[in-house]
Amino acid sequence: MGTDNIIYLDNAATTAVAPEIAEAIKEIMVHNYGNPSSLHGLGLKAANHLRAARTTLASCLGTGEDEIIVTSGASEANNLALLGAALANQRKGRHIIYSAIEHPSVIEPMKFLSQKGFEVEVCPVNKHGIVEQPVLADMVRESTILVSIMMVNNEIGSVQNIAGLAKAARTVNQKVYFHSDCVQAFGKVMVKPRQLGIDMLSLSAHKLHGPKGVGALYLNKGIKWNSLSLGGGQEGGRRSGTENVPGAVGFALAAENACKNLEPDCRHMYSLKEHLLRLLGEQDIPFAVNGPDPLDSLYSAPHILNISFPGIRGEVLMHFLERDHIYISTGSACSSQKTKSSHVLKALNLPGERADGAVRISLSPCNNRQEIVRLVESLSRAVSQIRDLV
Amino acid sequence: MFNAILCRYGELGLKGDNRGYFEKTLLSNIVQVLEPLAGVSVKRLSGRILVTYQQNVESVLERLRLVFGLVSISPAIVVKPDVEEIYQAAEHLFSGFYNAKTFAVRCRRSDKRFPMKSPQLGAWLGSRIIENHPDLKVDLGSPDLAVNVEVRESLALVYAAVYPGPGGLPVSSSGHGVLLLSGGLDSPVAGWMAMKRGIKLTAVYYHSFPFTGDHAKQKVIDLARRLAAYNRGSMQLVIVDVASIQETIIERCPEKLRVTLLRRMMLRLAESLAAQIKAQVLITGDSVGQVASQTLESLNVISEAVDMLLLRPLCAMDKTEITALARQIATYETSILPYQDCCSLFLPRHPATRPALRETLQAEALVEWQPLLENAFNTREVINLAASLS
Repeated sequence: MGTDNIIYLDNAATTAVAPEIAEAIKEIMVHNYGNPSSLHGLGLKAANHLRAARTTLASCLGTGEDEIIVTSGASEANNLALLGAALANQRKGRHIIYSAIEHPSVIEPMKFLSQKGFEVEVCPVNKHGIVEQPVLADMVRESTILVSIMMVNNEIGSVQNIAGLAKAARTVNQKVYFHSDCVQAFGKVMVKPRQLGIDMLSLSAHKLHGPKGVGALYLNKGIKWNSLSLGGGQEGGRRSGTENVPGAVGFALAAENACKNLEPDCRHMYSLKEHLLRLLGEQDIPFAVNGPDPLDSLYSAPHILNISFPGIRGEVLMHFLERDHIYISTGSACSSQKTKSSHVLKALNLPGERADGAVRISLSPCNNRQEIVRLVESLSRAVSQIRDLV
Repeated sequence: MFNAILCRYGELGLKGDNRGYFEKTLLSNIVQVLEPLAGVSVKRLSGRILVTYQQNVESVLERLRLVFGLVSISPAIVVKPDVEEIYQAAEHLFSGFYNAKTFAVRCRRSDKRFPMKSPQLGAWLGSRIIENHPDLKVDLGSPDLAVNVEVRESLALVYAAVYPGPGGLPVSSSGHGVLLLSGGLDSPVAGWMAMKRGIKLTAVYYHSFPFTGDHAKQKVIDLARRLAAYNRGSMQLVIVDVASIQETIIERCPEKLRVTLLRRMMLRLAESLAAQIKAQVLITGDSVGQVASQTLESLNVISEAVDMLLLRPLCAMDKTEITALARQIATYETSILPYQDCCSLFLPRHPATRPALRETLQAEALVEWQPLLENAFNTREVINLAASLS
């Protein structure tokens, strides 16, 4: 997929839209452009496309169709989930917990809530980037209304046992609502909110070869929650704004592919990761893996590998690989544009130099072994070149 | 009713026999920056320049405010040299100035065939205005509204407001210079100051892929576009790749002299460019004592690499003053973006703050630089940028 000769290994930042999905989106944009709220036939046709997309998403997640809110992406879903739940439940209590390795679209709403008088606490992770159940259980109180913990971390790929964490929190306080940012998890691990026992989760389409600008929020039907997006009353009055029909259709196709092929895709990506680590090990270059044991499928997502090469800054290495048309990332795409080092790597208590040196290689089912071989060749050439210069 | 802008220039008038040349340059600069706008004409009156327009007065004003050499500008009404028309125009000034309680009329007459003498015309206009506005009082010292009338051979000008222009000398009236432009705060301000003294600029940026990424290059392009607004609406940006020079310095020369040597190479490349485009001066953003390469010892050793005139307009300015100017000329927001213009890999742990010339020349003698410099210069990229207005 993508342009010839490019090796794209930054799939946790975004992915190429699958050509057949782009075609389907174009078809909707050009021919089925009706507004689902319109009363005429074109409107009905659009509403039917939207409904079919929602049915697909619901069946991928194993939820009711009316529990899916289509949003502009996961950042919006995270904002709506956290602010809406906090607002609706503030009389029950004002204590909220989130993990130290959340995405900024969770951290910032939490900071906002803290300024508005909520008591917001950060749950630490261990050195592998995992939230431990007893640690979380210890923090939950009578006044805790909300816990938010991401399922797969975008920088280091650590996988949380969400079912276990939700259970641990509810053992202390059964009224706690549990939210999980599942952007990196969807299509890589099983994401079924009812089985996991959680109330809200956020998804994004563009990490699964779907389009940018569309995502979803799962909201448990029984939850007390306030909408913050008011207007025409679309999405069952929970998120106003004319629905992004082409986006929803593209998202549904991407989700369907990802869910259908979950197991073979994961096996493929793990085997690429394994291959990468083996080839890297055969080179004469020292490196360190940041986060969980990369081959432990219980704690490490198949598509993310975060590594540091001692004494080499991540951004320098990134640009050296770019010379060979290989695209990787330093930290996460958002934080690599700021000069400060990543809060996720800091939460692992990594020494500063190792955090500055971290690069993230993130796979998609479309990558292949040939590309991994070229990556390792290029990496080892770049590392020794940079070494010679330092 | 407003249909013209009266432009004044001050210092130019002092230039004796060269006055015609300065005026011509200023006139052509104004024509150049207004060229993209339709319906605008520019002509020279004695000691003034008159811009008439049909629409877009804001765009005309915005552009004129960036023309060095203009001391002040006034939105004006151009009418025939006829007393009744002059009176109607004067009345119009009051319609835009509802709160005026006092006024004065100031007349000048360069066309001595005009039937009234200046004081006579002033008195006549004043009494007509009072007839129409019985509450108005005359205050010749500091009126709320001064009605200025200039009667010339074929036209009369009526205006009230006088706005300051940017001052300085018309760009290119002093000659042509090469600005060493980085992505930092200082060099764009240095370029602005050089243009203010009439130097037309060509900018040179030293790129160093893969040590620095394309974001750093884009930042410099954006800065050059902004500076182009002052540089007669366009800027030629020359991009020279110095990666192989940097590599050679790292490999072959003492670590503490890296920056000193690189700066000498940069000046040499700028000198080659200046020779090619017949520029007379190099301009850098150095400020004395700011960093290790800007001590007097460093500046001495660095300047020694070239023979041609090298100006450092910011030499005696503090960072706070430079920052204030950067904000004023709207380069600040771009300059503070985090993409580094020089690779951290390259910076020595302990740079020489007082490099000795002898030591530097010895270090330089270790390598045959000419082929490296020639190759870098010959593979330069040239981009012609049109101005971006803020």
